Amino acid sequence: MILLHLPALQVVVPLMAAPACVLLRHGRIAWALALVVTWTAFAVALALLLQVIDSGPISYAMGGWAPPWGIEYRVDTLAAFILVIVTSIGALVVPFARASVEREVASDRIYLFYTMYLLCLSGLLGITITGDAFNLFVFLEISSLSSYVLISLGRDRRALTAAFRYLILGTIGATFYIIGVGMIYMVTGTLNIADLASKLPAMADSRTVHMALAFLTVGISLKLALFPLHLWLPNAYAFAPTAVTVFLAATATKVAVYVMIRIVYTVFGGPAIFEQMPIDEMLMGLGMLSMIGASLVAIFQDNVKRLLAYSSLSQIGYMVLGLSLANVSGLAGGIVHIFNHAMMKAALFMAVGCIFYRVGSVHIDALAGLGRRMPLTMAGFVIGGLSLIGAPLTVGFVSKWYLIQGALERGLWPVALVILASGLLALIYVWRIVEVAYFRPSPDGATEIREAPLSMLIPLGVLCVACIYFGIDATATMDLATAAAVELIGSHP
Amino acid sequence: MSPEIAMPLAVAVPLVGVALILLARNRPNLREAMTMVTAFSLFAVVLSIFPAVIAGERPTIVLFEMFPGLRFALSAEPLGTTFAGIASLLWIVTSIYSIGYMRGHHEQNQTRFYAFFAVALATTMGVAFSDNMLTLFTFYEALTLCTFPLVTHAGTDEARRAGRVYLGILLGTSIGLQLLAVVATWLIAGTLDFTDGGILAGKASDGVIAVLLALYIFGIGKAALMPFHRWLPAAMVAPTPVSALLHAVAVVKAGVFTVLKVTVYIFGIDLLATTGASTWLAYMAAATILIASLVAMTKDNLKARLAYSTISQLSYIVLGAMMATGAGVVGGAMHIAMHAFGKITLFFCAGAILVASHKTEISQMQGLGRRMPFTFAAFFLGALSIIGLPPMGGSWSKFELVLAAADTGHLVFVAVLMISSLLNIAYLIPVAIRGFLPAPAEAGGNPGGNHEPDGGGISEAPAFCVVPLCFTALGCIVLFFYADWLYAFLRPITGAITGAITGG
Repeated sequence: MILLHLPALQVVVPLMAAPACVLLRHGRIAWALALVVTWTAFAVALALLLQVIDSGPISYAMGGWAPPWGIEYRVDTLAAFILVIVTSIGALVVPFARASVEREVASDRIYLFYTMYLLCLSGLLGITITGDAFNLFVFLEISSLSSYVLISLGRDRRALTAAFRYLILGTIGATFYIIGVGMIYMVTGTLNIADLASKLPAMADSRTVHMALAFLTVGISLKLALFPLHLWLPNAYAFAPTAVTVFLAATATKVAVYVMIRIVYTVFGGPAIFEQMPIDEMLMGLGMLSMIGASLVAIFQDNVKRLLAYSSLSQIGYMVLGLSLANVSGLAGGIVHIFNHAMMKAALFMAVGCIFYRVGSVHIDALAGLGRRMPLTMAGFVIGGLSLIGAPLTVGFVSKWYLIQGALERGLWPVALVILASGLLALIYVWRIVEVAYFRPSPDGATEIREAPLSMLIPLGVLCVACIYFGIDATATMDLATAAAVELIGSHP
Repeated sequence: MSPEIAMPLAVAVPLVGVALILLARNRPNLREAMTMVTAFSLFAVVLSIFPAVIAGERPTIVLFEMFPGLRFALSAEPLGTTFAGIASLLWIVTSIYSIGYMRGHHEQNQTRFYAFFAVALATTMGVAFSDNMLTLFTFYEALTLCTFPLVTHAGTDEARRAGRVYLGILLGTSIGLQLLAVVATWLIAGTLDFTDGGILAGKASDGVIAVLLALYIFGIGKAALMPFHRWLPAAMVAPTPVSALLHAVAVVKAGVFTVLKVTVYIFGIDLLATTGASTWLAYMAAATILIASLVAMTKDNLKARLAYSTISQLSYIVLGAMMATGAGVVGGAMHIAMHAFGKITLFFCAGAILVASHKTEISQMQGLGRRMPFTFAAFFLGALSIIGLPPMGGSWSKFELVLAAADTGHLVFVAVLMISSLLNIAYLIPVAIRGFLPAPAEAGGNPGGNHEPDGGGISEAPAFCVVPLCFTALGCIVLFFYADWLYAFLRPITGAITGAITGG
């Protein structure tokens, strides 16, 4: 019985737990509740994934109202994969957050942190699982509003301006999205994604549909911080509490990429629409600009959190590029990079969180000598960094391999070269940090600095193991990503 | 022990050794004992693979699937088994030498040194036994990364800068060029397995083949083909045992080994010979041979001179491969072995001189040979082998390469090899001769100080240093007499070869 309602539980459990945290008004108890809830959500997501692998896509009618009238929750391979990514990060961040948040957030607001965290999580899960374009907007707002609050919890007052800027731009993005949805509702009379998918191809040459796609693309590009709509991201990541940065970097932009894939491939009917509207070429160009431009900027950052934020921008470029390649290898590469990047970037930001916990700064100079003082944290950082570079035996290599393959299959040699060049730029900015940590002697008076507490190191360790494990044996993740890509594109070329 | 088990074991044994070294980190003697035990075990494991390969078998083991359709697999064929045999044998020698050198030179962080050294050997074994290009590429990159802490061992600013060059060039070429070539090969051929006769024949146009080959040859930065050679002199900042084993044997040979593997098993000699895609690269290699030799002559620092000599010698092997004949490939493969013994001897000598007299510049070494007769005698023997004079192993591989050059009709290459030998004489022999000349009178300075008795008495480096270098110097002579065995062992990689015969 309960198995039948897993899609609803996936969203409802964290959504209900969030107000409970407010009522509890106690940091530690809220933390314990969040821990239980996020791990439950993770278990639910795993169960859904197994179910989807076993017996194909699940359709769940919310409240018993049959689609397209009622709201449908729909879990296909891609959605199930994203659910697992979001919940696994969500579950790993909570144990990490206990110490980290106590260090970085005012103690009377800690229960608010967990409230917003659970709300944000349920919003992201809702976006992923829903089969209704308007319902998606609602969850988009839930996750966005709660993430503005999460960012503004940062102790640095600049967190407030960063949150405010994100609020303005995020709202513009959401507005563009809802305008786009309004337009397709106008021509099709439906909001159900499956229904839209069946009706839109017949109207693909309508000007309204083109406008709708344009609005949707711009709106979602803002949410996923595609160049040149990325301006909100670096400061938001840099000044938010580290636990928030870990969570948002690993999930929020990824879910936005998911929405982009969903809109372009499922709603508007995959590669066929590109003949009408060449957004694949635009996305490819912008994706490559992100990959190169953001990496170049990252090289010159002195705040390690900002540096990693720019690196995130460049990695989002990889995903958008994969989406724009419009063949199975490329799209699968983009999808698997959602997973891979979630693992590596969460590991990197957690390492930064460990450093801040002990050193109290994330300026690159503060890292001097940490190779000796915090060997495990820095080892985690190196593993995450190698994944960013795309060294073999790390997850980054897998995504890069498939993206290059996707580019070469289409005969796009220059694109393959851009992918490789971006990896080499990553080498420069990662190694800058490694050199400071391992070659520069620690400053005087830093003798007290020691390894971060275990509650922070264990989640970091788990992510590092994931970075290596899924880099060595990528069959599981690649099978899923390829299956999802085949479902989206239609058939294997 | 079946060879299928022995191959993964060869990768695993040094990694187990790492654990043992780390466990014994507080007891230096036990720690070094662990290194020795590991090195001997590794050699035994590698030896156990030889009989099957001699019998003509190609044992293969699939470890796991890395991506759907792409397996992580190991296999043993003559080329890789030779490489693994040399590297594991010389690791034993180098480990003994390291004990003398690292203690004699009072190096810091010795546990880290021994641990990463063992990791480097594990990845070298992986390179040697890779069954496909993906596996090889993986180990190749791992080898770059795990040698980085060894290169930058000193932790100084100079080491940091050298580390940048090292990593920048090696990862830049492999990620920027080689990876592209590997993915393209996978798309074109539908496989990455090393196959006799290559996997690309008839699957791509001549133009694509030429581009791919260039991507591979320049992408294999470890082969130090100009203009991607700068990392090797930079790596000389490492402790001498690292320069000796890794930058004369394991790392650089992993590069040229990969070049040979790609030539023989990815492209196939016939394909290269018919398309002519490799001819201009052979000229690049020839140019590298000469230019690097000329640069070597200008270097007064002994290790820098040896580094440029290595660049030049590596291009012998690249040249052998790019001439696209069986004799060239076998000659190149033999040169891997011959040069390994010769060059490691020279590096051991350089390290021994540093430990015993703290001298690094050749101009300061006048008269040193009288105090360090064994070291300088070994240097002389090693130099002869590099030059390619009998009765040294190096003469056979060079002979084979010259035959191959004559076969292809490119007499330029014959001339290049001959001129290179003369240049080798010009930059290596003076070092040995200088050592045996009378020491110069103390130049002006040292007024009234106690004059050290030159020539009187012998003050060699510790025995841990001297014995290994004598061993490898004798190895050069032994190889001269067993070259025919090596030749027969390697010959199957090119199928039947006509014409060239060496040894008895």
